[in-house]
Amino acid sequence: MSETTPVDRLPIELRTEALEQLLTERGLVDPSVMDKFIQTYETSVGPMNGAKVIAKAWTDPEYRERLLANGTAAIAELGFKGPQGEHIVVVENTPQRHNVIVCTLCSCYPWPVLGLPPSWYKDPAYRARVVREPRVVLAEMGLELPPETEIVVRDSSSEVRWLVLPERPAGTEDLSEEDLAGLITRDAMVGVAKVAAL
Amino acid sequence: MNRIADLGGAEGWGRVTTPTADEPVFAQEWESRAFALALLSMGRISGRNLDAFRHALERLERPEYFDDTYYGRWLHAAELMLVESAILAPGAVEARARKLRGEDVDEPPVPEPSKPDYAPTAAGSLRTVEDAPRFAVGEQVRAKDLEPKGHTRLPHYLRGHCGTIEMIQPAALLPDTHAHFLGENAQHVYTVRFDSRELWGADARPFALTSELYESYLEPVS
Repeated sequence: MSETTPVDRLPIELRTEALEQLLTERGLVDPSVMDKFIQTYETSVGPMNGAKVIAKAWTDPEYRERLLANGTAAIAELGFKGPQGEHIVVVENTPQRHNVIVCTLCSCYPWPVLGLPPSWYKDPAYRARVVREPRVVLAEMGLELPPETEIVVRDSSSEVRWLVLPERPAGTEDLSEEDLAGLITRDAMVGVAKVAAL
Repeated sequence: MNRIADLGGAEGWGRVTTPTADEPVFAQEWESRAFALALLSMGRISGRNLDAFRHALERLERPEYFDDTYYGRWLHAAELMLVESAILAPGAVEARARKLRGEDVDEPPVPEPSKPDYAPTAAGSLRTVEDAPRFAVGEQVRAKDLEPKGHTRLPHYLRGHCGTIEMIQPAALLPDTHAHFLGENAQHVYTVRFDSRELWGADARPFALTSELYESYLEPVS
C-alpha cells in the first residue's frame, strides 16, 4: 500500500467471509456456534428485557428500591445477566435531573438489558458531542429539556454499565406491568428520549 | 495512546444520527458474522482479552476504524489480534478474500501460534482489593495528566481536570496493564463527577458529567 498507488480496499463483506472461512476450515470456529450467538442478540437479548425491569420498578416500589440500590442484583432477579452486565448501576430520571449515557472511548452498553447498541450510540458524532453539548445533542435527537432540568452525562469508561430509569408518563396509572413494558423504549433507557403514554 | 477512538469532545463531527425505533440489530448479514467472529477471536482463539480487543481497535488506521463502519472495525481488530497471536499469517485474510473473488493469489502458510503467556485470575473484570479505597465519596480529586503509550481508559478530555468522587464502584482489574498482558493490577474504581465549566471553560452551558476512573488515574487536590 504505497502512497503512489490508489489503495484497493477489499469490501468488508468479503473480508468477513474470508476470515470465517479461514477459521472454520481449521476447526477454530464452529459456524453453528456463531449462529447461536447471533440469534441470541437478534431475538432474546434486547431492550425488551430492560423494559420489563423498568415496568416492574414503576409498579413495585420495593423492587424499585432494590433496583436503585443494587442494579445488577435486581436485574438478575428477572433472569437478565451475562456479558457487559457485570455491574449495572441504575439511575433515575426526574423533572429535576436527566441522566444520559455514552461511551466516548468505544461502545460500552448494558447488553443484558438493552442488547447491542443502536447505530446512533456508536456514531462518532454522538460519542464526541454529548459530553460537550448534551442539551444541543438531545434537542437534535428530538428531546428538548426545560432549562431548569439538570443534565448528568454518564461516560462509561470502565466496566460499570448504566441504565436509566425513565419517568413514568402521566395517564398510565391504570396500565398493567405488561402494557407499561410495551411503552418503554431503548432510547428512554439510555436517556435520549422520554417515555410517552400512547 | 493513539487517539482515534478517544472521541470525547472532538469537534467537526456534525449532527448526530436521529434514532429510529425499528432499527435491526444487524443492518446486513456480514455484520452479524463479524460480530460473532470478533467475540470468538478475542479470547478463545487468540488467547487475548477484551481490553486487548479495545486496544486493537485503537491501533487501526482511519479507513479501518471509520470507513468500514462499526462491525468492520470489529473485524479489523479481530484480524489484528489473530495475526499478533500468530493464529493467522499477516495478509492471510486479504489473500483469502482475493481468492474468493476469483483472483489467482498465493496464500501465506499457517504460522506456529504464539499466544500471549497469560491467564486471567478469574472470569470478568471485577476483583477484590485488600486495601481500603484511597478516596472517599465527596472528596475532590484531579484526573492525572497522563499520556500513556499503550492502552488506557482515561479519556483525554478529562486529563488534568478536577472533580468530586460521587460513588465508589467495585474494584476491577486495570485495563492499562491487562490489555498488554502485564498483570491485572486490580484497583478501586470511582465515579467522578465533573462540572462542564471545569472541562470546557467558563462559557460552557452548565451540566454535570461523570466517568468511572481507576484509582491510579487520580490524585488528591491539595
